[in-house]
Amino acid sequence: MTTKKTIIPIGPYHPLQEEPEFFKLHVEGERVVKLDIELGYNHRGIEKLSESKSFEQTVFLVERICGICSTSHPIACVQAVEDAGGIEVPERALYIRSVIGELERIHSHLLWLGLAGHFLGFNTVWMWVWRYREDVLDILELITGNRNHYGMMKPGGVHRDIKVEDLPAIRKMLDGLKKPLALFRDAVIDDPVIHARLKGVGVLTRQQIIDYCALGPTARASGVKIDVRKDHPHAAYGLVDWKVITTENGDVFDKAVVRILEMFESIKIVEQCLVKLKTVTGPFDSKPKAMLPGEGVGHYEAPRGEVFHYIRSDGTNRPVRHKIRAPSYMNIATNQVAVIGQSVADATIILAAVDPCYCCTERLSVVDAHSGKRTLGADELMRLCREKTEIVKKEVGAEGPKLDWSR
Amino acid sequence: MPAKREEIVPELRRKLGDKIVEVVEKSPRRIFIEVKPEDVPQTARIIFRDMGARFQIATGIDTPAAIEILYHWAFDSMDCVVNVKTKLDRNNPQIESIASICTGAEWIEREMWELLGITFKNHPDMRHLLLMDDWPKGKYPLRRDYKGFDK
Repeated sequence: MTTKKTIIPIGPYHPLQEEPEFFKLHVEGERVVKLDIELGYNHRGIEKLSESKSFEQTVFLVERICGICSTSHPIACVQAVEDAGGIEVPERALYIRSVIGELERIHSHLLWLGLAGHFLGFNTVWMWVWRYREDVLDILELITGNRNHYGMMKPGGVHRDIKVEDLPAIRKMLDGLKKPLALFRDAVIDDPVIHARLKGVGVLTRQQIIDYCALGPTARASGVKIDVRKDHPHAAYGLVDWKVITTENGDVFDKAVVRILEMFESIKIVEQCLVKLKTVTGPFDSKPKAMLPGEGVGHYEAPRGEVFHYIRSDGTNRPVRHKIRAPSYMNIATNQVAVIGQSVADATIILAAVDPCYCCTERLSVVDAHSGKRTLGADELMRLCREKTEIVKKEVGAEGPKLDWSR
Repeated sequence: MPAKREEIVPELRRKLGDKIVEVVEKSPRRIFIEVKPEDVPQTARIIFRDMGARFQIATGIDTPAAIEILYHWAFDSMDCVVNVKTKLDRNNPQIESIASICTGAEWIEREMWELLGITFKNHPDMRHLLLMDDWPKGKYPLRRDYKGFDK
């Protein structure tokens, strides 16, 4: 029997994909032997566009880069402007920035966890996780007026204060989140089916992370302890007590564990910021009037890794050059090594493991490279992924994560 | 890897010697170093391999005098970003690729090639990254003289 080499195209367009990307999986039998990645299907020229905006408008522009981590780019951007122009930020604004940033991290990690459950065929996990994500979004709406795209950041501070009368509602939501989060943590970390399905899958070694300059939970799951919040303290992250979560194995399971444990740290950070917001009064905006010529670098730890902004100013109210680098730019490239030698049924979850704002694999077909006839649709691939979970369930003799609400 | 932030610049001076054209310490957290284009690979090797910095990204800028590239290196745990600047001839911008030293630089060099027309010598896989494959040759959207945005 000869092994057929086939190419599985994933993407580039789907209504549910936020960023159109095109993955070409080269497959021999069941094994992935090569991955081609093509980007640029949604290149919007934001760096060029930014040169035509004032520094305040630029923040709103970069907020539209991504819908999920919509406050990460603004924080990095205003920090680059502040760095270039030597602008001071009042202390109260620093706490507000961290509150918004961490609430966003919680809802972004919950989104990923739900999708990971969906890909693996545990739809109950998906539904419950997303139900608790709603609570976080409601609180963000209460504080900022919007579930996403909060419009909070500006050079020199924030646009809106967090009202003291809103603080109890935020605290109540955080308290209500702890029990379900612990439940999800135990359901995933202790479950034998999840172990069998995710452990040792899509492993990235420490050296590969360093070579590819990968970031965020992708790097921390391989034991590379980089977190811009800790390494380059900004906003209120140097003023509160929290720790960087790392694990050692670099597989999909560890990436899930890092994200889940990080949410508890985020809750800790927000709680401490809320206490400070009661006592640290004063202005939340330094109202900068002029911009100095110069160049500045700003970075922020988005849910997926470091967001990087570079701004050069000539003293006018517009940037001469504005360079933006999102974390997925570095992380997606690691897929080229992570999927090699893995089975097609695992490819879906490996590609999703870096959380590349890439939420559906529906537009997917297998084409026989020789005849061009045989096709395998999205439903087929999803079925393959879930069938493997069913097989694993039988081998392990367990049913998968149980959400035991009585605990 | 240097132990402290204050040791980064002295160590670079010691290792690079007169290859450093200029050092600007804008603040303790932000250092700008200019080197000649031919010294960029050696600088990258020293900063990435010997000193253990992380490659963040590179920025290409078209200025009236030259095409500049800034390589941004993060010294995590020391809260410091070192920006290595180099100036290329506008009429024939070319430089050695650093992708063989740092894999993470592969994509951004492809991007700077297609958007700014910088030739990266000995790049392992030079093809379009963001622009379509049939993008007209010699048209670079981030050049100052590019006029095609209204079309």
